[in-house]
Amino acid sequence: MKFSKLGIIAIMAVVGTYVRAIFFTPFDALQGPAQKILYVHAPSAWVGLYLAFGLVFITSILYLWLKDPKLDRVASSSAEVGFVFTSVVLVTGPLWAKPVWGAYWTWDARLTLTLFLWFIYAGYLILRGAIDDFEMRARFSAVIGILGALLVPFIHLSVYFFRTMHPMPVLLKPSAPSMPREMLITLVSSFLALTLLFAWLLRERYLLAVDRDAATEAGS
Amino acid sequence: MPPRAMVHRTPGVLASALAITRKDLLIEFRSRSVILSAVAFAVLAITIFFFAWDPTAVASVDLAPGVLWVIFTFSGLLGLHRSFGVEQPTRAIDALLAAPVGREAIYLGKLLANLGFVIVVQAISLPAVALLYNVPIGGYVLPLIGIVLLASVGLVAVGTLFSSMVVSTRLAELLLPLLALPFFVPVILPAAQATARLMNGRPVAEVSGYVSILGAFDVVFLVVCTLLYPYTLDQ
Repeated sequence: MKFSKLGIIAIMAVVGTYVRAIFFTPFDALQGPAQKILYVHAPSAWVGLYLAFGLVFITSILYLWLKDPKLDRVASSSAEVGFVFTSVVLVTGPLWAKPVWGAYWTWDARLTLTLFLWFIYAGYLILRGAIDDFEMRARFSAVIGILGALLVPFIHLSVYFFRTMHPMPVLLKPSAPSMPREMLITLVSSFLALTLLFAWLLRERYLLAVDRDAATEAGS
Repeated sequence: MPPRAMVHRTPGVLASALAITRKDLLIEFRSRSVILSAVAFAVLAITIFFFAWDPTAVASVDLAPGVLWVIFTFSGLLGLHRSFGVEQPTRAIDALLAAPVGREAIYLGKLLANLGFVIVVQAISLPAVALLYNVPIGGYVLPLIGIVLLASVGLVAVGTLFSSMVVSTRLAELLLPLLALPFFVPVILPAAQATARLMNGRPVAEVSGYVSILGAFDVVFLVVCTLLYPYTLDQ
């Protein structure tokens, strides 16, 4: 396999970040080694839930407006890569929660929201698989992409009535980050590394979609 | 100037929508195929849920709200699939689209027919749950009906749109619940919580927060789904 420049940079950033996270970042005083899962969990949530989902929403609206197949390819690629990152969030969360909270899963607001976003991604991808016509597939999935994003505030609101025990954000919040400097550098670099990884995977997936569409067109 | 009789008047959105609603309800009333199975399903589910829990361990007043909303959700899905499915075998939808009515009138007409369908199922399963689970609902029946109606509008608004989409896909029956259920959560959750409060004898004022979530959901998704409906057509 040939790697693009973006791919090489992304892989180096990911390797560098996690070598630093494992060997050169101190343990948390209370949570011990379990806390280190944060360096995978939090940036994956940023990529899967905000970046990828946001991109699906924006490109879906633009697709219905401009009807440019490129926009559908970006939306579907972003949904597929975002689905993987959201799956990582859903796997790493319980692994951390078991030693720290004492249970793998709670029906906490943030957990429930993430789970339902994952279901919406899954529905989006399954719907795409069930339609052969290119134009119809693009149109239908754009509708789901828009409705899914509009659903987020409602899921948030309806589960907000339950208490949340999820740790509050340490990085993406208005006040100064609440973390020692060594950990903070690792965390910031993990956000950058996984964002790069997302950009690379998105680009590769997009190029695959271009090839696939060309192959379908040549075959028909 | 043409003579008066020759001026064609296109009926308004609401009039066209109601005509489509009437057509759908008439078909359903004459065949009674789906409504009877939905009602039978609802009553069967009520009895099955009763035996799925130990009635000596879980008080029926705690069980009833959950049972009620699970039944509303799944019997609603049965009807939603029928909504556009009934047009599919003879491609009657093409005639509907060729008629001089706006797309939004077709969506609203289908929506109202589905709402009627859901209300019939609810009108039977709500008293059935109250009766069989021995939950006296007399004291708060009007607020309860209000919550049920508000929630139904939200469920049907999203469900009608998805029904229109899935009929032209390969996995129609399977895809509808898969796509619709995540969208039902922000409706079912506040509705079931509000129902539980009322059944436990809490004052009506305590459920106002849930009612506003339901209302906001209805408004947002009614508007957005009406706007998005033209994009869900198979053409």
